[in-house]
Amino acid sequence: MASFKPTKIQVYPKLGEKVTQDTLYWKNYKAPVQIKEFGAVTSIDFSPVTPHNFAVTAFTRIHIYGPFSQEPVKSFTRFKDTAYCGRFRSDGQLLVAGCEDSVVRLFDVSGKVALRLFKGHTKAVHLTDFTSDRYQILTGSDDYTCRLWDIPNATELTTYTEHTDYIRCGVTSKLNRDLFITGSYDHTVKLFDARVEKSVITMDHGQPVESVLLYPSEGLLVSAGGRHVKVWDLLKGGQPLVSLKNHHKTVTSLALSSNGQRLLSASLDRHVKVYNTTNYKVVHNFDYAASILSLGLAPDDASIVVGMTNSILSIKHRKNQEDSKEIAGQQRRRPSYRVFVKGKNYVPKQDDYLVSKPVKEHLAKYDKQLQRFNVSKALDTALGTYIRFRKPEITVAVIKELDRRGTLKNALAGRDERGLSQLLNFIIGNLVDARFTPVLVTAAEMILDIYQSVIGQSPVVDRQLLRLQDLVKREIEFQKDLLEVLGMLDTMFASSLPRKEVLAQFYRPPLGGAVTSKKLNFHS
Amino acid sequence: MVEHGDIRVVHCGGSKINFRDPVITHDSRFLLCASGEAVKVFSTSTEECIHELRGHTGLVTGVLLRPSNHLQVYSSSLDGTLRLWDFTDGILIKTCVIGYPIYSFYASDKHENVIFIVASMPKRFQLVAVHLPQSGDQMVEAQELSAVLSGVNPNPAAIAFGRGGEFIASVNDLQLEVYFFKKQKSYRFFLKEDNKKGGWNTFTCVACHPKDDCIATGHEDGKIRLWRNFNHKKEYTYSTLHWHHSTVSSLCFTPEGTNLLSGGVESVLVQWRYNQESERDFLPRLGGAITHITVSPDGSLFCTSHSDNKITIIQSCVKVSAVIQGLVKGDSIRTDLMMDPRSKALVLNGKPGHLQFYSLQRDKLLYNLDIVQQEYIHESGLQQFEVVKAAFDASGSWLATVEERHQKAAELELNLKLWAFDEQTQSFVLNTTISAPHDAQITAMCFCQPTDSQTTLLVSTSKDGHFKAWQLAAPAHTEGPSWLCDFVSAYHGLVPECCSFSADGSLLAVVFQEVVTVWSPSTWELLTTLSQPPGAVSDLCFGRLSCSKYLLGTTASNLLCWNLLTCSLEWTTSMDVRRLVADPLSENMAAFCYQSGSTDLFVFKPSEPRPLFSHKAVCSGKVTQAVFAPREEMLESCEESSQWLNRSQLYFLTQQMDLMTFTTKAEEDRLLASSKQLVIDDSVAMTPFYLLLGKHRQQQQEHQDSDSSLWAERTALPQTSASMKELLQTPAHVLPSTSYLCSMFVQSLLISVSDARSAHAEEEMESEKEEEDSEEEMESSRSKPELAAAAATESDTPALTKAQARELRRVRKLDHSWLAGLLDS
Repeated sequence: MASFKPTKIQVYPKLGEKVTQDTLYWKNYKAPVQIKEFGAVTSIDFSPVTPHNFAVTAFTRIHIYGPFSQEPVKSFTRFKDTAYCGRFRSDGQLLVAGCEDSVVRLFDVSGKVALRLFKGHTKAVHLTDFTSDRYQILTGSDDYTCRLWDIPNATELTTYTEHTDYIRCGVTSKLNRDLFITGSYDHTVKLFDARVEKSVITMDHGQPVESVLLYPSEGLLVSAGGRHVKVWDLLKGGQPLVSLKNHHKTVTSLALSSNGQRLLSASLDRHVKVYNTTNYKVVHNFDYAASILSLGLAPDDASIVVGMTNSILSIKHRKNQEDSKEIAGQQRRRPSYRVFVKGKNYVPKQDDYLVSKPVKEHLAKYDKQLQRFNVSKALDTALGTYIRFRKPEITVAVIKELDRRGTLKNALAGRDERGLSQLLNFIIGNLVDARFTPVLVTAAEMILDIYQSVIGQSPVVDRQLLRLQDLVKREIEFQKDLLEVLGMLDTMFASSLPRKEVLAQFYRPPLGGAVTSKKLNFHS
Repeated sequence: MVEHGDIRVVHCGGSKINFRDPVITHDSRFLLCASGEAVKVFSTSTEECIHELRGHTGLVTGVLLRPSNHLQVYSSSLDGTLRLWDFTDGILIKTCVIGYPIYSFYASDKHENVIFIVASMPKRFQLVAVHLPQSGDQMVEAQELSAVLSGVNPNPAAIAFGRGGEFIASVNDLQLEVYFFKKQKSYRFFLKEDNKKGGWNTFTCVACHPKDDCIATGHEDGKIRLWRNFNHKKEYTYSTLHWHHSTVSSLCFTPEGTNLLSGGVESVLVQWRYNQESERDFLPRLGGAITHITVSPDGSLFCTSHSDNKITIIQSCVKVSAVIQGLVKGDSIRTDLMMDPRSKALVLNGKPGHLQFYSLQRDKLLYNLDIVQQEYIHESGLQQFEVVKAAFDASGSWLATVEERHQKAAELELNLKLWAFDEQTQSFVLNTTISAPHDAQITAMCFCQPTDSQTTLLVSTSKDGHFKAWQLAAPAHTEGPSWLCDFVSAYHGLVPECCSFSADGSLLAVVFQEVVTVWSPSTWELLTTLSQPPGAVSDLCFGRLSCSKYLLGTTASNLLCWNLLTCSLEWTTSMDVRRLVADPLSENMAAFCYQSGSTDLFVFKPSEPRPLFSHKAVCSGKVTQAVFAPREEMLESCEESSQWLNRSQLYFLTQQMDLMTFTTKAEEDRLLASSKQLVIDDSVAMTPFYLLLGKHRQQQQEHQDSDSSLWAERTALPQTSASMKELLQTPAHVLPSTSYLCSMFVQSLLISVSDARSAHAEEEMESEKEEEDSEEEMESSRSKPELAAAAATESDTPALTKAQARELRRVRKLDHSWLAGLLDS
């Protein structure tokens, strides 16, 4: 006597990315905190000292936020025009910022008024940074020059005029006080040495450079510009290592995760992509509402801060390990769980003789009803609220099973207004889903056959039938359009193939599915 | 062309065992059933076939235990004979020639030496009483025939004896006829043809209550009627039971009459309580539709035959204890005949939705592989998933199956499943399911058989005009490897009919109607096309080994052979080849050609102009399925005509779904010799009679052990054991009747009761009871008497006690009397 074979629920391939360690790690953030700034957020810089406040440069202000505050703990507003590139010194005491009015200002983090003003640039200053000895400032400007300034005297030390276009980004070495790197709109990235007072390495990025980033070891340099992110090996004299093209708009900002294993790039295409730095494959992707101008990552990846063109600052905090553990602990303490596992976790000792109890096969409720040939009840169960909305594939599988048994008509018949409208609702909701269409079309036809005599008696059902009719009409139009597109594509494929002696048509489908799946992929 | 006398076409196993209702012996240890031209004796506990009672020359149509001797069995056949067998030894005792083909037969206790047979007299079937002549000859002819009823149904379920033979009930169409033997009178009851509710009242089967005046009849609409008071023409009554939704095919009362069993298409065994019909027990999902139900004489075992060639043995309606499964042959075999490369089993469609693996060597079903994995609904006229194609790869580690379900209105449902062989469970495990692999039906499927490369390739061709290549993709990090589509191609919108890989896997040939296209599987480049109009190529085969440069194809009128090196036609002959098979172990090919109503076989090498072997009229009708099965050990035949059978054996299915094969004379001789040896071994097996004797001897042995002072016992032993030995070695059919012998033995068992040591005897009785409980114990102690006997011969003969002397005398008397009996016969 064979046992009852339960209804087979078709497993549909899951769309979207696969779950990996990276997805789990990068998904483990809370819902973002959104803060409206006064203008587009152009720069975000984290303070190197705890509590790791961060400076947000937006329009004519620089706000400093604490790690968990939603209000700025401090703001610098003494700018005549748009401020750029607010950066902390390595001790977190001083902050430097450029401005549209070509003046570079140095602030004490606790003060309000600028300590020093560095004047000398003739155009907007987009790049400011402290050198690693803390006594000098690097600036880069739209007047094609970059300069080194002495902080105590507020005097200009050197001017470098090697770039031939705007200098928009740059970084100083954390290990050597004389080395710094600038990226310019003249497509080049230059490594300067203050001791020889000229550039020592020039790398051609190929596009206006928007952002540069040094690895903690400072052997590798990452530059972003246009749609490309390029990695250069500085120890080999600026040899290009890898070129990544994963964005479809200009990449604006770069960041490195705290352990140096992951590289993040933000772009105007509203995505932040996470790369593995060993094989430079994209391992995760964040979506944002608007084009991203700046990106910051807190130490230990405790939060991701993103500034966008629509002047929104989005802060995502990492979920606390303790929080999640506590929730799990609460679940374990539930009494029903204890009852459920009672005796199940007993491990037999060495000399114990095991008497196996026949495992009682668990059947779903609809399967139990199908086993007793209660077809209407089985369909009702499968149309229950939870299954209908959360697992429509179960409902469809039960309908298919009933159809296979030849009893679908019996199951569909004899429903009142509420039952029928529920059924129609489900069909309307899922009819155009390519996975369910073949089954539901049969069911819809049967419903029309069975209930055609009662059309006009219930306004609810009539309205739904009209919706169904409309839906089918639209779907047919849609399919027709798609077939046209497919025809055009076929002609293109055929003409692009080289002429052969024997005419044969080839194409390799991208997936395991058939040609039909190709057709259906268009609207899924 | 020469006919070869020493190669013969023979039926090969897999005959029906569900043709007629099986019989369970009185001790419930054996089950007898008609199977083709033989009667098979199965053990009810181990499911093994113990004997095959061969001798009939026509289909066996019934098996019945002889009412007067429970160790003998009658069988009837369409060859017009009744045969009496001793089923424990498998010996034919008597043959009774009737002269008419017998369709079914009946016997009862009340009518000694009378057998009732259903034979086809001119125009209609008649129930005829046959008086068996009482002569000692092996072959007798029955002369005394007297018709009892005429116009009966040849179906054996349509006639039944009531109340131990007082009356006989027969149903036919819409009529129930009851004939009383004492009154010599028959009553007929009619039902209306069709009642208003759409039921069909046609009778299908009948069963009579063993103690009560009650007849149960089954009907086509699923009703069961219980008839009472039928010994009056007018005052009869009936009550109706209804549970089955379609035809009741079998009914049976338990021996005590407390329960009624019924079964039908639903494959549910229903047990109705007699007189409390509202209480029912069910045993669902037994397999195919139930065709027969029988109950063992003691009521402890039920047994159901199923339409899928299966007999299920059930312990009193609660538990299935054994399943005897024959080769399942449906109306059509949709998959080809195939060989499983691992188990060397024949693989074909079995139960609905299953593939069966059938061992040809042991003539036994190994297992069924559930392909569809869905609940089978037992309802006629329902379209369900069917396995239509299957293919193995060369090493047997992958199996591809296609199942389809075609409904009139809806679109075709098609699933391609790939199964990986699991070493641990030694069976196939589902790896990938591809739903809707093609838009239309799949016409052919084959695996690439490369010897060295790691990648496995599957090619499927479909009526949608495409052929697709499927490849095992690298394992993803979460799950194991799965199959993906690698390549799709078409050729001028023609429909591909079949495909084939060359032996080394370097070439793929796909037939598009008249055109054979040859592809390279590594680059998917079309290499060449071959065509020989007119007529579409229907079958394709690459040559093997030394003939690997040849490609053979068949059209409706020609057999074509292309040379792949020159891409030209090598030779062609005009014949209507229906099936072309290549031997995987040699260059040989077998072609089955259909010619004027029968099929001819040609075995040839593609490189040689003359066929190796030809056989005209292998069978009538077309042969569409055939396969070469590799032999376990090679034959060493040196005759030229039979050399092609050395490495592998050719099996084929005829239009009547009979599995046939070719054997040589030498092989048959060897088989015969081995089977003879088997019979001798079996005669030492445990028979009930042997058990009785063994127990007796053992009892004596224990007696000795318990009381060591009684040395005298031992003297009696040699003699008894000698007589018993003689008894056991004499063939059963020359022995006097068992009832006669039995009474003597019962007497001999009773001696110790009269003895002075009666208390001691009681102890023995108890121990005997214990022995009955466990058979194992008995078997383990069986060797003891022999040891004792050996010891006894050495010892001197001390004085006999009184009782011993009496026993000895009795034994001597016994010995004498049975010898006398032997002389009489």
